[in-house]
Amino acid sequence: MNEIFTRIFAIFWKDMLIEIRSKEFVFSVLVFAILELVIFSFAFSIRANMADMAASGILWVALTFGGVIGFNRIFAVEKENARLEGLMLCPVDRSIIYWGKLAGSFIFMLAVAVVVTPIFLILFNLPLLLPRLALIIVLAIIGFAAVGTLFSAVAINTRARDIMLPILFLPIIVPVIVAAVKATAPVLAGKAWGDILTWLQIIIAFDIIYLVVATLVFEFVIEE
Amino acid sequence: MNEDIKASSCAIEVRGLNKSFGERLALRSIDLRVSRGEHVVIFGPNGAGKTTLVKILATLVKPSSGSVQLDDIDIYDKPAQIRRRISLVSHQTFLYDDLTVYENLKFYGKMYDVPDLEQRIHEVIAWVQLESRLHSRVDTLSHGLQRRVSIARSVLHNPPILLLDEPEAGLDPHADAVIKDVLASINSGSRTIVMTTHNLERGLELGERVIILDRGKVVYQAAKHDISVKDFRQIFDQHTRISK
Amino acid sequence: MSNKRALRDNALLGLGLVLMVAALYMVFVYVPTEKNMGIVQRIFYFHVPIAWVSLLSFFITFIFSILYLWKREMKWDSVACASAEIGVVFTTLVLITGPIWAKPVWGIWWTWDARLSTSLVLWLIYVAYLLIRSFATEPARGARYGAVIGIVGFIDVPLVFLAVNLWRTQHPTTIVFEGGVTVPMLLTLIVCIVAFTTLYIILLVQSANLKIMDADIKHLKGMIQAE
Repeated sequence: MNEIFTRIFAIFWKDMLIEIRSKEFVFSVLVFAILELVIFSFAFSIRANMADMAASGILWVALTFGGVIGFNRIFAVEKENARLEGLMLCPVDRSIIYWGKLAGSFIFMLAVAVVVTPIFLILFNLPLLLPRLALIIVLAIIGFAAVGTLFSAVAINTRARDIMLPILFLPIIVPVIVAAVKATAPVLAGKAWGDILTWLQIIIAFDIIYLVVATLVFEFVIEE
Repeated sequence: MNEDIKASSCAIEVRGLNKSFGERLALRSIDLRVSRGEHVVIFGPNGAGKTTLVKILATLVKPSSGSVQLDDIDIYDKPAQIRRRISLVSHQTFLYDDLTVYENLKFYGKMYDVPDLEQRIHEVIAWVQLESRLHSRVDTLSHGLQRRVSIARSVLHNPPILLLDEPEAGLDPHADAVIKDVLASINSGSRTIVMTTHNLERGLELGERVIILDRGKVVYQAAKHDISVKDFRQIFDQHTRISK
Repeated sequence: MSNKRALRDNALLGLGLVLMVAALYMVFVYVPTEKNMGIVQRIFYFHVPIAWVSLLSFFITFIFSILYLWKREMKWDSVACASAEIGVVFTTLVLITGPIWAKPVWGIWWTWDARLSTSLVLWLIYVAYLLIRSFATEPARGARYGAVIGIVGFIDVPLVFLAVNLWRTQHPTTIVFEGGVTVPMLLTLIVCIVAFTTLYIILLVQSANLKIMDADIKHLKGMIQAE
């Protein structure tokens, strides 16, 4: 068991080191996500106290597309120097590679959310301390990362890789987006728990199902 | 009793191996036996299937049919176990350019569960004579040096079987010579080696047994017997011209 | 052997023809016009079976994708792919017949109800399936990636339906037959469902066989070229 965690952490830490060394990437994604927020705000002629549903939608679009841009990187990093082959030569279960990469993409999305969300709340004059929003975001990000990591591995070995990832990713995460947007709106309006519980259940179910399915199916994606 | 001894002295056993990529038949009916500690060199023109064969032995590519066993472990059965016992050196380094030599070795050491990792890293880096660059980023090293680091990486977990796919490719003669020395020093043990190369001279030096692959088939196989390079070149041209 | 197959194929074709004629008769002649929605309501007898078949075909893709990843025989992949292609066509028809029915009856082209929304997402997922197969660098990879999408995509369908359904029940605009469903309507619907399912099976068998033969030919070609 210890072996498994050591290896997952080794992959995760290696990716973190790489990202820290080449800072441009995370930074660019953050800038992109913020830009989206701004553009959508202008496009919908936002007044600061606009409807919660629309505001909620804007936040989740920014997070989703920020994620889509970022997910390609997860396995693109392994393309140079045939590093993916190097990983596959290691005496580990293929799914460990998936979980190592999953940890990295989760942290990546978390970083995006941590920067984008406060900016969003400020732009829309919403309260900054919203623990329930944090919960929704964390749960939804798990789902994004689970699916995004899997499809990143599929897309890199495909022609037109940059467009294939969104085409694969977006339809699958529709349930998460619907649930996240619907759950976020009452939170922004300060309403009670009851409204959002069912939506959270959907997100949690999605997360569990896709973590399991992706773990099972990953080896078929990267083997030759 | 004799049979048992024979079986367990066999590091690599390939029988009836076929591999096709869609329409293209890359390997046809390959039979190969490599004893423990033997050095085998595989020659062949481009497209002969050398790299495919090595990748199958390295468990990176699955065979279309046929049996492959390394260290008596079946490739279909327990590929992960096989990976502990082998290593691959190719013209691709498998290294992370943004990380230092040390960080790369540490990463692979963890993935291979190498005991006494710190000590081992220093050992292998000494073998390839790169102690001074241990904490340099890989992208600051020349191709030749990167190849040496890659070799260090490959012996970190002390595999009994070493697979080399054109290890001299893309290197200038000086770097090439250093690689040759490095390989020699690393193999002072009884490692089984399978190497593919375009370099007839180098291959003849290193190999105890030579094999020529052409169009996916084994067309010539012999023990080295001090063949001169010139004679071997003739043999090579002869066997690969027939199928033209 | 091939005679048996030809016989079976022709029998299937004959059966399909009979059923389809019967279905057409029942839809346009037998069943009375629905009270509230008028003649346009007859599209319902096509829309529902087509939607059913589209779901069925993706279920088949799901099953055969799993089979392919497990057994690695090309023929399973051929069935999965054939079924997905047919499914995309049928889903497109669902997305076309839906609005055609909705516009005259409810005055709107599109409604984000659970069924239509799920069909739209389904369409997107299986178009992605076909795209990934054609964009893969080798056919074997395309088959593998396709199988993965076939599995992952189908699992998504109930989740999408659940999410959108929950969303819509907060704003109910369900499609209701105010006049109730009569026996002739039910009968017609059942015949149509059987007819379209048979059509699906015919298409699937033909298409899958074609793909399998195509793969065999390619394999033989490869072997000849190598000599």
